[in-house]
Amino acid sequence: MTNVDYKIIVGLEIHVQMAVRTKMFCGCELAFAAEPNSKVCPVCLGLPGALPVMNKKAVEFAILTATALGCKIAEFTKWDRKSYYYPDLPKNYQISQYDLPIGSNGFIEIPTKAGAKKIRIRRVHLEEDAGKNIHTAGPFSQVDLNRAGTPLMEIVTEPDLNSAEEVKMLAEELQRIVRFLGVSEADMQKGHMRFEPNVNLHIKKGGGEHKTPITEVKNLNSFKALEKSVAFEAQRQLDNFLESGEVMQSGNKKTFGWDDIKEVTVLQREKEEAHDYRYFPDPDLVPVVADKKWLKEINSKLCELPLKMQGRFVSGYGLSDYDAGVLTADKATAEFFDSSVKAGGDAKRVCNLITQKGLKIANEKNCKVSELGISPQRLAQLAKLADAGQISATSAVIIFEKMTESEDEPDKIAEKLNLIQKSDAGELEKIVDEVIAANAQAVEDAKSGDKKSKKAYGFLMGQVMQKSKGTANPQVVAKILAAKLKI
Amino acid sequence: MSEEILKLSCRELQRKIAKGEIKSSEAVSAVFTRIEKHDAQIGAFLSTFKQDALARAKEIDGKIAKGQSVGALAGVPIAVKDNMCTAFGATTCASKILENFHSPYNATVIDKLLAADAVIIGKTNLDEFAMGSSTENSGLKKTVNPWDKSRVPGGSSGGSAAAVAAQMCFAALGSDTGGSIRQPASLCGVAGLKPTYGRVSRYGLVAFGSSLDQIGPLTKDAADCALMLNVIAGHDEKDSTSVDEKTAPKCDYLAKIDEPVKGLKIAVVPELFQGADGEVVAAVKGAIELYKKSGAEIIEIKMPHFEYSVAAYYIIATAEASSNLARYDGVHYGYRTKKAGDYIEVYTKSRAEAFGPEVKRRIMIGTYALSSGYYDAYYLKALKVRNLIRSDFIAAFQKADCIMMPISPTTAFKIGEKMADPLQMYLLDVYTLAVNLAGVPGMSVPCGFDKNNLPIGLQIIGSTFQEEKLLRIAKMFENQTDFHKKKPQL
Repeated sequence: MTNVDYKIIVGLEIHVQMAVRTKMFCGCELAFAAEPNSKVCPVCLGLPGALPVMNKKAVEFAILTATALGCKIAEFTKWDRKSYYYPDLPKNYQISQYDLPIGSNGFIEIPTKAGAKKIRIRRVHLEEDAGKNIHTAGPFSQVDLNRAGTPLMEIVTEPDLNSAEEVKMLAEELQRIVRFLGVSEADMQKGHMRFEPNVNLHIKKGGGEHKTPITEVKNLNSFKALEKSVAFEAQRQLDNFLESGEVMQSGNKKTFGWDDIKEVTVLQREKEEAHDYRYFPDPDLVPVVADKKWLKEINSKLCELPLKMQGRFVSGYGLSDYDAGVLTADKATAEFFDSSVKAGGDAKRVCNLITQKGLKIANEKNCKVSELGISPQRLAQLAKLADAGQISATSAVIIFEKMTESEDEPDKIAEKLNLIQKSDAGELEKIVDEVIAANAQAVEDAKSGDKKSKKAYGFLMGQVMQKSKGTANPQVVAKILAAKLKI
Repeated sequence: MSEEILKLSCRELQRKIAKGEIKSSEAVSAVFTRIEKHDAQIGAFLSTFKQDALARAKEIDGKIAKGQSVGALAGVPIAVKDNMCTAFGATTCASKILENFHSPYNATVIDKLLAADAVIIGKTNLDEFAMGSSTENSGLKKTVNPWDKSRVPGGSSGGSAAAVAAQMCFAALGSDTGGSIRQPASLCGVAGLKPTYGRVSRYGLVAFGSSLDQIGPLTKDAADCALMLNVIAGHDEKDSTSVDEKTAPKCDYLAKIDEPVKGLKIAVVPELFQGADGEVVAAVKGAIELYKKSGAEIIEIKMPHFEYSVAAYYIIATAEASSNLARYDGVHYGYRTKKAGDYIEVYTKSRAEAFGPEVKRRIMIGTYALSSGYYDAYYLKALKVRNLIRSDFIAAFQKADCIMMPISPTTAFKIGEKMADPLQMYLLDVYTLAVNLAGVPGMSVPCGFDKNNLPIGLQIIGSTFQEEKLLRIAKMFENQTDFHKKKPQL
């Protein structure tokens, strides 16, 4: 690359499928991979005479999200028809929100290396999804309308993102937020989140700043594709500018798709068509008035956002950012951890138990850590046992697993399994003496101070542990052994 | 016997059927005898369900024979405008684009009729997608006026009005977006009620102008309108714009139908009489005079924005229609061209081949009105005018119980007479459109005949959700006149 000073400018549109039971304007169930056209009714098929009825839960979820993102919530909002003809759109208009979105002027914080960065949110609104066109049946295309009418929340950021990495961070952060709020499963495999970045570059060259034409990449449904497509577009635009000098002007916005296999963007529309969607208020639906009482009810479901929680785990509990990130990937896990620490467990100990064993068992059982049958209080007790040296770290992990099967307190389990460590110096001294007497060569090696000494010391420790059937407190043993060997 | 049955009102017929004095099957047979004899000339029906209707009538007769309780329309033969979805037969909207469309579901009003044990005998002709004032825009059939077969029955519920006037049914449902119940009722000499917007569910009514459309009855008299409204009114959770029971509870519209409204105050707008034919003006003024003689107070008012209703209506209705009719695209259901090379041509050719000229005209007007750059000047301005018109009505109802004026500036005109000039046709709606824009209820009551023995209708406009009072006012007039009892010689 030639040495050119430039800045990547990205604004992101994100569609999030809401975790509600039924479609946006009818009672049809939301179902993934169902028999084509099996989850449909006159309303989502757009049959003559059918009328939409708003899914209140979806609206509440959108309000909750917008509030969590610091948006101004519209006290009065309405539904608008967006007109365009496409076979997957049965009414040939989409019910959406035009000039009065549910939320506007919010922000989302992303954890960049330079610290948290605020990305402004332009708007949050709700709309219905279209169906799917299928082109696998010979000369004819088919339409599956199961997805038609699915509630989608569209979140639009300001162009505040300045790298492919930041774009990906925002997407991941948003995934974590909507999961924390419980408004979306945000399952990428099921297409619950779809991204459309708008990308261009501000290039400094010849004493001036040049803006490359904006390109929109449509319909990305993985973080990887999102990140790679933005990086690819940035490079493509830079190359194109250096070659042609083409800059942004009215009408030269282009639309691209993403080829997942070749990992390149593919031009879809050369010129942004002067699309006239003929928006107008949908006369079939009544406006939504968000009164204070309703908003209060909705906002009672607000919670600490993941990034804030993650920060608290680092600064308050001394966890590493990585560990705090693992714990706050899921709200139930994060809250379980938090409660366990508040119940008296050492934060690092609790974190290790959860991340080393808890998450694995939960994954196998297909549930949350908090659903394994261990209360935060019991986990705290377990952590305390380990901290007091009554059990070893290894034993703690074993006991953790047993605790998922038994309601016994951790110390009871430890006793039953004979995992309580012996810290009685007199008793342990006897064992150490026996081991020293039986292993003269190793004792000599250990004392020698050369290469062999470390290995020999380890061997003697092992012998003591073996003789005690693993119940000796290794710290106490180490002390005694060191004293006896005078090392 | 058969002819005698046909003279009965819905109320009388239901009573006799419920008592077992007349069998529903006799009433249904009488109606079909009539249809088979005359409908080839009148053309009121697009489809009829003789076998099914007779079977259903027998079922209801059976219930009555067993002493089971029956509904408010038990055994009564009813016709339905063919823009209401029925899970039986076709639902065509008199359009080639839906000529073979069979709805998988019933409109809410259809379910309500069936729940009241009505017998639906057939579906009536209309202007395509209810767009028109003469039923001449039907893409499927010609309907004539039973009073003069060279003339139009009015529209768009022309088939329903003609069927009631010709006694081919006991009552019919119509829909009224800009006068489509009241005007054909007037031109065919029957009673017609457009309820308040939101009073009757629109679920299953094929949309034309969603913020204006309202289903209502066409009947032999005002009391039958009340009976029909009893059956079809009420909140429907499937229609967000239908009024909830708390805001405007429905009542028994028949209970006090015979009680005159005490201290009745009638508003009239003198300027509005200028645009109508002399004989129409004379009949309507005569009707108002009769109320006055019975003690009503007549108050002259101004409605300064009324004259803009044609302009506002033909923007709002067409804008909504252009969007509502977008779904008829040849892709999912209905007519599909055989000449398409790609999917764009499926749209363009299907629509070009199957929509009639008036529907195309309105889609184009509406699309234009909503286009970026024109929206504010047309659609938004029309909405503002609509608010002003609404405020004219609110002001009027602070002074009076109802407003009276003509329905149509003329009586039924000759078939083909006005087809060449769409604007002329639009201007015929001058008296009816404002009622839809304001959302208030309006009625047509027969109030006289012109020199050609063609019926003239009196329009009575009531305040929002005051159908009960409106119907009582209409009944007061019927109690002193017998215009509504006159029947055409077929």
